[in-house]
Amino acid sequence: MSIVDQSVAGLRRLLVSREISPGEVVRELAAEVRSRGEEVGAYLAFDEEAAVKLAEKADLSLPLGGVPVAVKDNINVKGDPCSCGSKMLAGGYVAPYDAGCMEQLRAAGVIPLGRTNMDEFAMGSSTENSALGVTRNPWDLSRVPGGSSGGSAAAVGAHLAIAALGSDTGGSIRQPAAFCGCVGLKPTYGRVSRYGLVAFASSLDQIGPMTKTVEDSALLLNHLCGKDGRDSTSLDEPVPDFTAVLGKSLKGLRAGLPKEYFIDGIDPAVRASVDAAVKVLEELGVEIEEISLPHTELAIATYYIVAPAEASTNLSRFDGVRYGYRAEGSGDLLEHYMASRAEGFGPEVKRRILLGTYVLSSGYYDAYYVKAQRARALIREDFTQAFKKVDFIVSPTTPELPFKLGALKDDPLSMYLADLFTIPPNLAGLPALSLPCGLVEEGGARLSVGLQLIGRALDESTLIQVAHAYEQSTPWHLEKPTR
Amino acid sequence: MAQQSIDIQHAAKLARLQLSSSEVAEYQGQLGKVIDYMATLEAYDLGEVEPMAHAMPVFDVWREDVARSGFTAEEALLNAPRKAAGQFLVNRSVEDA
Repeated sequence: MSIVDQSVAGLRRLLVSREISPGEVVRELAAEVRSRGEEVGAYLAFDEEAAVKLAEKADLSLPLGGVPVAVKDNINVKGDPCSCGSKMLAGGYVAPYDAGCMEQLRAAGVIPLGRTNMDEFAMGSSTENSALGVTRNPWDLSRVPGGSSGGSAAAVGAHLAIAALGSDTGGSIRQPAAFCGCVGLKPTYGRVSRYGLVAFASSLDQIGPMTKTVEDSALLLNHLCGKDGRDSTSLDEPVPDFTAVLGKSLKGLRAGLPKEYFIDGIDPAVRASVDAAVKVLEELGVEIEEISLPHTELAIATYYIVAPAEASTNLSRFDGVRYGYRAEGSGDLLEHYMASRAEGFGPEVKRRILLGTYVLSSGYYDAYYVKAQRARALIREDFTQAFKKVDFIVSPTTPELPFKLGALKDDPLSMYLADLFTIPPNLAGLPALSLPCGLVEEGGARLSVGLQLIGRALDESTLIQVAHAYEQSTPWHLEKPTR
Repeated sequence: MAQQSIDIQHAAKLARLQLSSSEVAEYQGQLGKVIDYMATLEAYDLGEVEPMAHAMPVFDVWREDVARSGFTAEEALLNAPRKAAGQFLVNRSVEDA
């Protein structure tokens, strides 16, 4: 097996036994990105020499010593560019500090390697909203990789990264993981510090790992979680060893199938893959029960009020004064703000800023924003009631297969509706994981299908236990796109 | 929540966004559909439900009122589009006396 095909766990074994060096790993990945990277377009920046310097000093006694991890371009890595896929920051913005999660990963020995493409400011479900280039699905280059962490998912799915970090506001780790055939984990809100993550919607955003295997997800999560005093929403909760549950039996665990998530309109191939996955879980000893999450129908409307409202305030800091794009020309300060923001932001960001400003504006605040907050409470209560009966919830990650590039670009509402299954856990702050559960032949290509597992708050361990047992019983994690 | 026609020009002004006439027309149609979709919330009686801004409890964060290190002036100005004499430069907004 070549170096680029290794998992984090496999790579660590090779590094610790001195069969390879961290410098070799970086150079091998860089060569692969040079030869195959352009067709996928997963990376916005890739500084091989800087990574080699770090690799030469890597401490292999650390738990993740010498492991390179690609980083979504909205997470600050000191000294690296951080563009958020936007013209607003693409003119040379350099991160002056490390995000909290990067400090922790560096302390564990990780080498940051490459900045991955994304929907501008993490807004989108296809990575087509990046102002800086197209990312393609490694399984079928005519299709989208999903979004907004499409670059990270495509890098891992194409074996152009050993592992990557993404961020998830309404499914932005899980949906691209499903489309690109990798494992994506959105931790409980507050588990991972958001310090240094460029904020989109502060009450929903979470950083999480995107990996080839469930074991790798656990290995990275061990070094991502923890209290950070610089993030007022960071939880002061014990962090378990997430690898401790790998290999544990699933006997006695109860899974809920929400009837609102198994509806007409799901692609039949997606439905068939998920039904087969549920059978595998049953064979592994899981008790399956139908449940109801009755307010699921409210999730999209709630999300597309709350998230743009928060985004419109968070993005007000981009005014062309302290950092970011500045429009040329004269005019007073207000004209300067308006021109800089008009030229610096792309269409989807403008759409959401306008929507967010509208729902927060005088006369509409109660009608939209407060109403959405009430609906959010009902959605969380649905999960509270469900978790009295079951230990975790199973659903498709997405209702459809990866779509063609450009297919939904001018129809934002249709694009938004595709996030129905991933949004509710963000609104409720719950952990959720997507892992591959099938490959579907369509138009001469094999397309990946994702299985979503949703857990109780702070119970990532059960998701990892179940996902690992399922993964070890099925072949999907062994498949990779044809080169 | 009555069906509303979103006033894009007004929202753009509040959001400090300059829009072309073609953008106004495009967003008017697209966001109009999104706003119409928000009527989904009308089907439920939400009046008695306590609004929830955050999924987890959020508390103010306090620290000791002691000096600590932060960015230097040079670091703070590192990404400034225009700067001079250790300060951010912006367009003139006050007329000469």
